[in-house]
Amino acid sequence: MTSETAAPLAVEALVRGHRLRLVEIAPWLIGGLAYFLFPDYLALGAQILIGIIFSLSLDLILGYAGIVTLGQAAFFGAGAYTAGLLAAHGWGEPLSALVAAGAVAAILGLISGAIILRTRGLTLLMLTLMISFMLQEAANKAGSITGGADGLQGMAVWPVLGVFHFDLYGRTAYLYCLAVLFLAWLAARRIVHSPFGRSLTGIRENEARMHAIGSPVFGRRLVIYTIAAAFAGVAGALLAQTTQFVALEVLSFERSGAGLIMLIIGGVGRLYGPFIGVPLYMIAQDRFAQADPVYWDFWIGLLLILVVVFARGGVLGLADQLRRRLRRTR
Amino acid sequence: MSAALETTGLCKNFGALAVASAIDFRLERGARHALIGPNGAGKTTFINLVTGALRPSAGRILLDGGDVTALPQAQRVKRGLARTFQINTLFRGLSVLENVCMAISERLGVAGDIHRPAGSRREVIDQAYAALERLGIADDAPRLVRELPYGRQRLVELAVALGLEPKVLLLDEPAAGVPSTESGIIVEVIESLPQDIALLIIEHDMDLVFRLARRITVLVQGAILVEGTPQEIAADPRVREVYLGEHVSP
Amino acid sequence: MSAALSIAFHGVAYAMVLYLISVGLSVTMGLMGFVNLAHGVFAAAGGYVMTRLMNGHGVPFPLAVAAAFVVVGAASMVVERLLYRRLYGADELSQVLMSVGLIFMSVAGAKFLWGPLAQPMTPPDYLSGQIDLGFRAFPAYRSFLIVAGAVLVTLLWLGLERTRFGARIRAAVDNRRMAQSIGINTTLLFTWTFALGSGLAALGGALGAEILAIDPGYALEHLIYFLIVVAVGGLGSIRGPFFAALLVGVTDTGFKYLLPEFGAFFIYALTLGLLLWRPQGLFGRA
Repeated sequence: MTSETAAPLAVEALVRGHRLRLVEIAPWLIGGLAYFLFPDYLALGAQILIGIIFSLSLDLILGYAGIVTLGQAAFFGAGAYTAGLLAAHGWGEPLSALVAAGAVAAILGLISGAIILRTRGLTLLMLTLMISFMLQEAANKAGSITGGADGLQGMAVWPVLGVFHFDLYGRTAYLYCLAVLFLAWLAARRIVHSPFGRSLTGIRENEARMHAIGSPVFGRRLVIYTIAAAFAGVAGALLAQTTQFVALEVLSFERSGAGLIMLIIGGVGRLYGPFIGVPLYMIAQDRFAQADPVYWDFWIGLLLILVVVFARGGVLGLADQLRRRLRRTR
Repeated sequence: MSAALETTGLCKNFGALAVASAIDFRLERGARHALIGPNGAGKTTFINLVTGALRPSAGRILLDGGDVTALPQAQRVKRGLARTFQINTLFRGLSVLENVCMAISERLGVAGDIHRPAGSRREVIDQAYAALERLGIADDAPRLVRELPYGRQRLVELAVALGLEPKVLLLDEPAAGVPSTESGIIVEVIESLPQDIALLIIEHDMDLVFRLARRITVLVQGAILVEGTPQEIAADPRVREVYLGEHVSP
Repeated sequence: MSAALSIAFHGVAYAMVLYLISVGLSVTMGLMGFVNLAHGVFAAAGGYVMTRLMNGHGVPFPLAVAAAFVVVGAASMVVERLLYRRLYGADELSQVLMSVGLIFMSVAGAKFLWGPLAQPMTPPDYLSGQIDLGFRAFPAYRSFLIVAGAVLVTLLWLGLERTRFGARIRAAVDNRRMAQSIGINTTLLFTWTFALGSGLAALGGALGAEILAIDPGYALEHLIYFLIVVAVGGLGSIRGPFFAALLVGVTDTGFKYLLPEFGAFFIYALTLGLLLWRPQGLFGRA
């Protein structure tokens, strides 16, 4: 390669990195088509869309900034309970509740992040776990407010925009979630392509160097931790509003873990990892887990090990490898 | 006139172990200064203290006359202090060009921008590319750092630091790990650096030190043993005793 | 007084189990730098080996416990060679996910083989009932647990202090590169250390089956406590987790006894505070 071709190549790659490619429309085409093709599965569809937002929040902190957390459910749950409590106490307006849920989760993310993000490695992992366990235990024991282990009931969610009632078929729920996911995607896409997003990748790749080039690493980590918490909070609120119920499970380690697993299957550190991993996982779970949960757990465990050992990039990573190999043989 | 970099009474203790004891050091503007000393003398510790990666137990650090002792690393960089690492410390999964862009975004203060796409900052990318051209590694711009041979990565290490347009540049063994056939390129690059950058070079290779440095400070067991011109250092019996004995014939 | 004594007694018995299980985890994480969430799997396996041998085949208690140690220790060597070794030095996320995968498989495997219910654990006759110490009667099995735990801890510490194997482990924990350069085969050392840690976990799982019931979800349910003990004790430390286990065992028992309406909240809060105060744990090196 001569510098003549290398120069435009390298520069162009950076200049064009953020431009919308045709394939990026695919998720929205599929999401829209699914509404008409699978009218009986819209409830599952809404769950998948919520899962994608949650997984996207994990992707931002873990995939991009390299902050390994096992407690992201803390923010999901905080959002779910915020929306749930509002609706159970007379404020059923969904959009404002969604904003409130995101804000509560963001504040929780900001405060907890400010405390724990100075640590690294196992200590940080433990602290994220502790915070989610504390919240879950608090919600469990504060039964008079949260309904404890029985879950929060009595939510009355008003129609979206005052017009669209949540119906039994889940039509409104599905489209509502799809619209919120679209906004979340716009925001996430903007973030990862921004200089801020690139600097997060820098922190993940080499923190020492980021310090050495004068990057305020702690501040950057805190900002993305807070944003991701808001994403997770919004996802939690969507779950509460569309199911009109909040179970303790929203705060559980299992939820944090499942979010991680879906992300790693799709491809961690890639904007579209959640869009691949979450539907794959949740559709497969819907097909197989009900029939035999024991086998499901076993195969998911095995799959996880195989992905970690042989396919760290997940489905999208494998696709990249395949494409590169094809290009080489051509 | 104040020095580019100055330390007074700089100390660092790890428990009972003193790795830096009362270091008074002056790096003049535009200096070509080498810091040498046997293994474990505390050279890298000194760099880490100056950059702020470590907090000193006592003493002060002045950059361009201003006290930066209490400032975090990022603030010191903003004041014109840059470093390279003894072992390549790069964004291995990113392209060479992007490695340099990262530094330039920080210098221009746009790296925290969350709204505009990185690709729309043409000035960042162009400056980064120009920096690579100056070091003669523009051909490698699109390649991932981890795909480059180690010697080339050493040049990227330099390019990233230079992207910060420092006034003071600390080079921690710039030719470490590079076969001697290739270290010549690195020496040439260092020799061709703008004269207004004050350079502090930590180095083991004595040929390199005597070629690049106009002043040499010898560090032994965390304290300055002696400072002087290369001729003075080469002639100093104490230095020969502790350090140079087997390297330089009288 | 009686409540305090009761809390101390049950807390210490619980602490012994926690320590036996967690000490191996501390060493794996400190020595191999492996964030291993699946350590509880080996404890559960120990519990299953013991209860199955006793309940299904009438094997006497001491023999069943010994079998748990040997079988699980040996099996863990295979797991270490096949899986763990591939990820030494890998990023935390890979290690976390691999070990979570292992938990999933083991949970499903246990459910498939032995059903979803907890395995009944009946102590042998000579360890049932109460022991009267004059001023007060104590449950015999838990008294045995405390004594057995103390003996095992002493043996472990003496062993690591006095044997060549122990000296090698300590050297490798201190400075792995140095240990390699003086000719210690760290690959082999890791395997044996892993096996010892897993064997001890199996002992803890087996002996503690009366406190932490052996069921398929074991490795996940109690994971947080094992992690707390290790994180609070200090990674790589052998004695640290002992004091952490005592702290956790007694305070957790105390809080649940005195303030049941708060459940495990305080133990999480306490851990959070401790880790913020000392990120390296109580006995970890900074």
